[in-house]
Amino acid sequence: MSSIPVIAQTAGPGAARAAGRRSSRRHGSFAGGERRAGKVTYTILAIFVLLSAFPFYWSFLIGSKDNDFVFSGSLNLVPGPNFLDNVRRVLESDINFWGATLNSLVAATSTSVSVVLLSTLAGFSFAKLRFKGRRGLLVSVIATMAVPTQLGIVPLYLVMTKLNLQGNLLAIILPGLVTAFGVFWMTQYLQDALPDELIDAARVDGCNLIRTFWHVAMPAARPAAAMLFLFTFVGSWTNFMWPYVILDRASGTLPVALQGLQSQYYTDYPLILTGALLSVVPLLILFVVAGKQLVAGIMAGAVKG
Amino acid sequence: MTVSTSSTRRTGTGGPAPAPAPQPQPRRIGWGQRMSRFDLKVSPYLYISPFFLLFGIFGLAPLLYTAYVALHQWHPIGGKGDFVGLDNFTAVLQQDQFWNAVGNTFSIFLLSTIPQLVVAVFIAAVLDSNLRAGTFWRMGVLLPYIVAPVSVALIFSNLFAEQFGIINTLLGYVGIDPIPWTSDVVPSHIAIATMVNFRWTGYNTLILLAAMQAVPRDLYEAATIDGAGRVRQFFSITVPMLKATITFVVITSTIGGLQIFDEARMFGPGGSGSGRGGPDGQWKTITLYLWEVGWNSANFGRAAAIAWLLFLLILLVGVVNFLLTRRISSQGGDR
Repeated sequence: MSSIPVIAQTAGPGAARAAGRRSSRRHGSFAGGERRAGKVTYTILAIFVLLSAFPFYWSFLIGSKDNDFVFSGSLNLVPGPNFLDNVRRVLESDINFWGATLNSLVAATSTSVSVVLLSTLAGFSFAKLRFKGRRGLLVSVIATMAVPTQLGIVPLYLVMTKLNLQGNLLAIILPGLVTAFGVFWMTQYLQDALPDELIDAARVDGCNLIRTFWHVAMPAARPAAAMLFLFTFVGSWTNFMWPYVILDRASGTLPVALQGLQSQYYTDYPLILTGALLSVVPLLILFVVAGKQLVAGIMAGAVKG
Repeated sequence: MTVSTSSTRRTGTGGPAPAPAPQPQPRRIGWGQRMSRFDLKVSPYLYISPFFLLFGIFGLAPLLYTAYVALHQWHPIGGKGDFVGLDNFTAVLQQDQFWNAVGNTFSIFLLSTIPQLVVAVFIAAVLDSNLRAGTFWRMGVLLPYIVAPVSVALIFSNLFAEQFGIINTLLGYVGIDPIPWTSDVVPSHIAIATMVNFRWTGYNTLILLAAMQAVPRDLYEAATIDGAGRVRQFFSITVPMLKATITFVVITSTIGGLQIFDEARMFGPGGSGSGRGGPDGQWKTITLYLWEVGWNSANFGRAAAIAWLLFLLILLVGVVNFLLTRRISSQGGDR
């Protein structure tokens, strides 16, 4: 509990509050806002959401036409007949779209699983176990969140080439196996989501610590773990600079492949925008299924992926 | 729970030992207790060690090693050359291109952070009411977050195309001449800032919304009784109460914003000049310059120096930011 002021300073009140008033979150948020929303409110929101969705529609629109339309300057918002044709062209182009999708899936899934497991393990230790230097170590974890690790890109490149991992998906998976944010997030959550009595009970029953972690802490951590999984997945899926530097055409993730698409067919907008749209589809599905948790996660923790 | 307790009773005492039946009971417990004490002492460190190990190898060590590389001539393939002291730093600081990149980065950063914050606070205030389908609106606001910056840049490069781009076309309808988005400095910065804003405004809106909902409601009730209108309440209660969250949002967008790469790398019509931040570096950012020096000019020593300079810059701006937002929002509180 004593660490909440520290957290409030470093991560904003959202995180500290998430620790303090988790139970009241769901009810508090709606019951509190007494002002009933009027027409103006809905109009403003509708405009904002339509603007947010417009680029999606625009990609589809251009993707359903041909370049003649693009260079006519026409504003016809009715889709044309060429979308499937453009999809086929993306898939058949030599950017290796399926391969890149697979690479993105492998990288995003493996980092997300690993981040969740290792962060929960560390979070369990920080939140619930007593050991010397706990406080100092936790503060150092929080401090590393502010370190822009992207700036170590030059030596990281040297290390990876030395390990012969250039053009290997492992080069982008290894540095992302656990994050300071993940550790901090799970520590926060477990601090009050996991009652000490539950741990004591498991101990009395003869569980060693790792079993206590697996059978008691892990289940208790599930909601926060799901959010962490989503953040990590989106982060990995959308990451560009490091994969672009270290991967090649065969091992590239989707953003790397899209860069290839642009550099190869730079005026072929229907093709490029179809590619851009296709690369979003998997995350769009994930968003429809789990967007609620993503929203709840951002609101609970005031996080920045 | 039940599953775990019943199935783990065995391992708690014995561990991996096959434990032959005739072993005397007290001894077994003694060993188990010793094991358990060892477990309690060492395991906590064991559990946090993956983080420190991995951060050390892939985070801290490269950052420190960057300083070492920056003090040498270094070729991506040829490897380490002569020790050159601070020559790489002085060389970088003498480049017009570097200062151009610093200017561009700050310009894009300001053009994205400030409007984004204003809009996010506004939309959060709109969302902070009794909405029907509240989750739908929140998800709608967050939608752009799932689009990779690379895809955002491709789409917006089309929207901002100088000829036949929809934005210039629309401007033409209201009698405004086409804006040279991909050739002039400020318009290109606005275009790139728009991409950043597109992706992050909704995200920050939700953070601010969470903070708004934590403001005690009786403050508003009291203000209403005192005759303060909604706008007055917003500026006199909501904004001051958001102080810490705004500071947080500004600092995180500083760390991210000053490292902007993806959008700047991808923006433009493709072809010549694209990928380098425009034919004359109109939108070349510091990180883009770092990449160009390191990987196009094959000068890792100098690229490492740029990385360190950027690191110092981020640190500096972070501190200034912190002090500034603190002052501004505390002034708001005095009103």
